[in-house]
Amino acid sequence: MGKRLMKGNEAVVHGALMGGATHFFGYPITPASEIAHGAAQYFPVSGRCFLQAESEVAAVNMLYGAAGSGARVMTASSGPGFALMSEGLSYLAGARLPSVLVDVQRAGPGLGNIWPEQSDYNMVVKGGGHGNYKNIVLAPYSAQEMCDFTRRAFSLADTYRMTVCILSDAYIGQMMEPVELSGDMAEGKRKDWAVYGDVKSRSNLITSIYMDPQLLEKHNHQLQSLYAQVEEECVAYEPYQLDDADVVFAAYGITARICMSAVDKLRNQGVRAGLLRPQTLFPFPKEPIARAADRGAVIIAVELSNGMMADDVELAAKGQSRVLRYGWLGGVIPTVDEIVERTVRDLERGGVQ
Amino acid sequence: MNYIIIEPNLCKGCRVCINSCPKHCIMLGDSINDIGYQYAQFRTDAHCTACGICFYVCPEFGAIRVFKDEEA
Amino acid sequence: MIKHEKPKSFYDTFERKGAGQQVSHYCPGCGHGTVHKLIAEALVDFDVADRTVFMSPVGCSVFAYYYFDVGNFQCAHGRAPAVATGVRRTLKDALVISYQGDGDLAGIGTAEIIHAANRGENMTVFFINNAIYGMTGGQMAPTTLVGQKTTTTPTGRSEQNDGGPLGMAEVMQAIKAPVYIERVSLGTPQGVLKTRRAVRKGLQYQIEKRGFSFIEILSPCPINWKMDPQTSRKWLTDKLEPVFPVQSFRDEGTGEAPPAFREKRMLKGKDLLKLLQGDTAITEVTESTLEETQYVKIAGFGGQGILSAGMFLAKGGIAEGLHATWLPSYGPEMRGGKAYASVILSKQLIGSPVVDLPNVLIAMNLPSLIAFEDDVQEGGIILVNSSIIDRKVSRSDLRAVHIPASDIAKEGGLIAASNMVMITAYLAVTGTLKVDTIKKLLPQSVRRKEHVDKNLKIVDASIAYLKQQGVI
Repeated sequence: MGKRLMKGNEAVVHGALMGGATHFFGYPITPASEIAHGAAQYFPVSGRCFLQAESEVAAVNMLYGAAGSGARVMTASSGPGFALMSEGLSYLAGARLPSVLVDVQRAGPGLGNIWPEQSDYNMVVKGGGHGNYKNIVLAPYSAQEMCDFTRRAFSLADTYRMTVCILSDAYIGQMMEPVELSGDMAEGKRKDWAVYGDVKSRSNLITSIYMDPQLLEKHNHQLQSLYAQVEEECVAYEPYQLDDADVVFAAYGITARICMSAVDKLRNQGVRAGLLRPQTLFPFPKEPIARAADRGAVIIAVELSNGMMADDVELAAKGQSRVLRYGWLGGVIPTVDEIVERTVRDLERGGVQ
Repeated sequence: MNYIIIEPNLCKGCRVCINSCPKHCIMLGDSINDIGYQYAQFRTDAHCTACGICFYVCPEFGAIRVFKDEEA
Repeated sequence: MIKHEKPKSFYDTFERKGAGQQVSHYCPGCGHGTVHKLIAEALVDFDVADRTVFMSPVGCSVFAYYYFDVGNFQCAHGRAPAVATGVRRTLKDALVISYQGDGDLAGIGTAEIIHAANRGENMTVFFINNAIYGMTGGQMAPTTLVGQKTTTTPTGRSEQNDGGPLGMAEVMQAIKAPVYIERVSLGTPQGVLKTRRAVRKGLQYQIEKRGFSFIEILSPCPINWKMDPQTSRKWLTDKLEPVFPVQSFRDEGTGEAPPAFREKRMLKGKDLLKLLQGDTAITEVTESTLEETQYVKIAGFGGQGILSAGMFLAKGGIAEGLHATWLPSYGPEMRGGKAYASVILSKQLIGSPVVDLPNVLIAMNLPSLIAFEDDVQEGGIILVNSSIIDRKVSRSDLRAVHIPASDIAKEGGLIAASNMVMITAYLAVTGTLKVDTIKKLLPQSVRRKEHVDKNLKIVDASIAYLKQQGVI
């Protein structure tokens, strides 16, 4: 198989189709629109459904309908649109409908701008809507991973009957890289809980309402056990020069790319730096962070937000070592040198324990 | 004879059937049913045509059944 | 012989409501039960219950799924038409019913109903208009009458403050796609029988795949209107019907049903892969001689092919087995005239794709040279389109190449190919990629086939110029 040069956003569409997606409902928004463009290009000609909804609110509810009818469904948006979908996310979680949502993050709050931030972290990783629910959240850092993670998202969604979010950013979405498609196309199977409009599924009900508090409590506890199972089974991260690192960057998406270069530069200067790159944000790779903290490594959470992921990093480190927070806001991204210099300065100031 | 059967425990006593019946075949009974309503009853002296209006206007799903005399 | 009984498309007992339950949750004299029964009867008569999918909304009919023995969805407030659209687009043969109240459909869900109608989704919408919010406790609905007292209009609805009652059938009438729009009323027994006919028509049209049907049903809410069931029916007839005229607005259900939308066969496996691979996948890879990672910034104005030049360069990198990234300027900036692309080519895995300190600057116009000249690394290279940049590179700690790209491209018959001249010069001077590699890629990268030969000639002309000038 050959490689094609494509944007991360286009790679999402390729991954989705290889992952067995049959329905795309979406609403345009920069910097995620290429995903809708790609879906509009490929879904109808390959006998699948692409529909531009009247709003993100409608789109996520179309997902609810199609997912409840057994289809492999997806949408893509950016922060403002994702926020509108929060209502639907909660219903999808309550009704346990498998679905895939891609968030190509831009800067906020409000309209903000179209440059990258990672400030949707709390909204996406912690749920977004009301209620005690979580989404599985995958964090790609290359066009290839945009493809591969989206593909994987569909099988995860079906396996756990959950929403799987791809938390990307404007740079990973807009950047072009070679992408290789390999393996077989996955396909959804008939689900015994879905409504198919036939005799066999006639008694099925897609709902999130449980009027009896005891029943709703039970439902909620089942959800929590499901999330615990996901935490057991789905954590993914990639270590880079981590084993002997005295200073460990924790970063995902575009910032992980920058930190990778910073690690190389710091190592050239004799600083034993490493990178721990979460590939899943829920479940969060707590254990490798705890290990780094236990051996006294300084941990630096680097992100394009005011410290949203850093909170999770600190919780994982359990106070066993210093956790520094580097954040850039408003669509500004750090250069490699900025991170290197700031790291060196902070290490000098605090020393490595 | 055409007639209807009103299930006493499925009636909420709203009287819509009573007021809708063109032949005035239904009346409100004296008794209270298991769910606390004074329920409608078919009059024994009624001249029911089995038109079905009571069935359609009744907001309960199974409270009224309409029977038509096949020879009528 | 039994003539009318509880339709079989209702459950025998309503287990979802509670073990052994046989009565509905509706208040005495409520209109919902009547409409439920009319729908249930039609599902049996048309023999479609097995393939019916019913949307329960938020409102008093939130529990419709307690009763209908069909496939059921419980929807978020107002979103039933969107959920129904998702179902419609998945289950081709299902009978899709959206059942909504006035708060749901005419308030929070106006966008969803209007657009489902406008798409002409083949579904049937039953809109229960009782001029009040029932489930939440008798608040004002969009359809509440002026002067009508509700818990949120304790002194009566004020037209100045709250607007007037919203006629949804009239709104539907403004949309081209629906095939059937009718408003009926449960105010009288005759009205109930008319409603029965409308319910059946709306379902029949869907079975015939005619499209979108909208049936607005004026319905009594005795409890929240604070009336007994009889008075509520009189009030409905006397007060509601004059504001919401009972009439058929549109009925296009006669004649041939419209032809079905023909969908393409679903491509799977190898067929799908073939579609995705297209004809631009790079399958042949030659060996690269690149030593130093290239951080390339290509800058100019929109229309100079800045972004495509960067893509072309990245593709060349892939064809020589290199890691490659391409990052554009995008969004409003792109449309505002300024354009730049950042390309990195490397034998190693590429970390940050951002090029803030390029070792290669390809400047296609003067503002770009001014903006980025100082950022270029010592020992790097700046290539200048000397056709339109009338000054030289001022730095002496790097290599500067000046080439009249626009002129060479113009002479080659394709002024738009000045970007190709610059790329060729960059590669020929630095040896980053073999010029042959990009020549091989040209046929699949140039959109208009008649431009391939011109581009190839322009590449050769660029090489010739550089040789003639002694640059290479």
